[in-house]
Amino acid sequence: MGNASQDIAKPVNPGIPKNFRETIVRGGGEGQAPDLNWETKRERRQKYILFLEDISVSFDGFKALDNLTLYLNEGELRCVIGPNGAGKTTMMDVITGHTRPDTGEAFFGENLNLLDKDEVFIAQSGICRKFQKPSVFESITTAQNLELAMKANKTVFGTLMAKLSGEDRERLDHILGLVRLTAQADKPAGTLSHGQKQWLEIGMLLAQRPKILLLDEPVAGMTPQEIDRTTELLIGLEGEHSIILVEHDMEFVRSVARIVTVLHQGTVLAEGDINYVSSHPEVIEAYLGGAQ
Amino acid sequence: MRIFDLSTKIFCAILVCAVGFLSVGVLAPEGSLFHVQPYTALIIGKYLCYATLALSIDLAWGYLGILSLGHGAFFALGGYAFGMYLMRQIGAKGVYAASNLPDFMIFIGWDRLPWYWLGSHSFLFSCLLVVLAPGLLGFAFGWTAFRSRVSGVYFSIISQAMTYALMLAFYLNNLGFGGNNGFTDFKTILGFDLHSNGMVGSLLAISGLVLLLSYLLCRYLAVSRLGLVLVAIRDNEPRVRFAGYRVETVKLFIFTLSAMMAGLAGALYVPQVGIINPSIFAPVFSVEMVVCVALGGRGTLYGAVFGAIMVNACKSTLTSAYPMAWPFVLGGLFVAVAVFLPQGLAGLFFPQGESKLKNALGRLFGTRKPAGDPPADTEAEGDDGSEAGPEPAEGYGYGRAGRGIVNE
Repeated sequence: MGNASQDIAKPVNPGIPKNFRETIVRGGGEGQAPDLNWETKRERRQKYILFLEDISVSFDGFKALDNLTLYLNEGELRCVIGPNGAGKTTMMDVITGHTRPDTGEAFFGENLNLLDKDEVFIAQSGICRKFQKPSVFESITTAQNLELAMKANKTVFGTLMAKLSGEDRERLDHILGLVRLTAQADKPAGTLSHGQKQWLEIGMLLAQRPKILLLDEPVAGMTPQEIDRTTELLIGLEGEHSIILVEHDMEFVRSVARIVTVLHQGTVLAEGDINYVSSHPEVIEAYLGGAQ
Repeated sequence: MRIFDLSTKIFCAILVCAVGFLSVGVLAPEGSLFHVQPYTALIIGKYLCYATLALSIDLAWGYLGILSLGHGAFFALGGYAFGMYLMRQIGAKGVYAASNLPDFMIFIGWDRLPWYWLGSHSFLFSCLLVVLAPGLLGFAFGWTAFRSRVSGVYFSIISQAMTYALMLAFYLNNLGFGGNNGFTDFKTILGFDLHSNGMVGSLLAISGLVLLLSYLLCRYLAVSRLGLVLVAIRDNEPRVRFAGYRVETVKLFIFTLSAMMAGLAGALYVPQVGIINPSIFAPVFSVEMVVCVALGGRGTLYGAVFGAIMVNACKSTLTSAYPMAWPFVLGGLFVAVAVFLPQGLAGLFFPQGESKLKNALGRLFGTRKPAGDPPADTEAEGDDGSEAGPEPAEGYGYGRAGRGIVNE
């Protein structure tokens, strides 16, 4: 954030129009003449893998999300940043079916309406979430954690009869290598270090063969070396998976993100590349305003 | 096969030898070296039924983290279901020899059997009812509770309320289950004298077999991938949902299975003890069984069996020698285990992971290190010397060791 004030003089925003969000909102506004040049909702749903429009969530009068609109391209790695209470976690809750919004629309792909599906269905259809605090299953081994997460028939009897096929085993070993936990495969996950638990959880998501990965602060509590490795890992995943990354660590965001969305008070404050958002006056105000 | 690990082999060997020896011993002529008193065989048979009940509690509690304080209800229902058959077997040999009705019905002035006694004369139907009735109750209770995501202590409390409500209902004479006295004075099974040595030996052998099969079934579940899911649900239920498993369905399946197992144990208990009455529905009985499991060691299966047999053997001895002391001994044991041996007595013999005894002793003398810490240091492998990050503040241990008796 130190850079933010230096960059303030030369806002640059390659690729994305400054009025990106405003244009879209104008397209579907009620009571307005429809903008025929703008794509319809259906076309937008076809275009993006994740489609959130005008999502509002309030808890006892507190607006956690306020007309949030966000689109995610297939294969994109998107960072979502914002001060505490900006609604980042609530947004993930909405996407994963954990929280039902009061208003708005959310689609995964063209046809899967996220708002009438439950967590389990959404997880099975390929939206996988890593929690803020590493939540691995501590009393079973690292490899068993991955086996559990692996995409399979997850009904009671399907699970009871499940066996690891040779292909599964290969994939499991591959993921273990990817998250650098091969040596820890047969140790209880509870004995892993904090950073290793974070990796294991990312590995568990990969085992689910996700289409969209939601990562809530994957580098929290990591050492600089561990952060470097995680950056490497995530950049390797870009393209193959669509990723939404919620993060506080600006340096980390700078090193991985292409497009950054800034949330503030439940709504999108700015969207663009890291230099653009970090020099955006409202973003600086939102981040630093409270501190001063 | 993974089902037969060392502890399972030892368990099976001991069980088969002991039960085989005892049930044959009942048939041996009196005065022979191998002779076993029928009374002893009946007591052991009763313990085996308690052990099966404890096993069913361990399946739900030790693996899945559902603490039911009402499992006695399933046990009692199985007992009543088989008791109905035993009552019908008495037939005209009852006190009121004129009628085929059970004595207590004549006593309250009924002239025919109520509809729910239909089919109770059939042995096969009764055997089916023994698992179906508790299974149905378990399913209905589990379905309502798990759908509304009732868990933890709340589940424990309503399960206790359930068994209490059933106890009150079964005390009513008009329910048609013998009221306060329940069922007793049984004579025969399938026409064979219930008190003959052959029958006593067979009942013991069947109880042993049921315990063995239940144990192996639990092992089969535990080593399958479903077993991993159970442990995962116990450790972190919401996360399992995000892994794509229907937690409620898994819980319902296991809970129903556990209820059926408990019912089967109850059905074998009744002919060996010779009576079933509503006191089995009393929450105290269920809680005592839970204490047995905790004492023996949760999530190990053999711990539950060991705990049930040991506690009930102690109870039999102590209640006859020092009747006043028993509740204090039981309470003291429970507190001691909860504080010093979170893994129960099984943790002493087969410590899982690192030595829990050392941990417990350390805790006792105030030198205990949090269980999660020591391995974490050595884990941060050397290729770049990265260090273990900060541990989350909660979770002062991994796995079973760190968990309290009631999951949050």
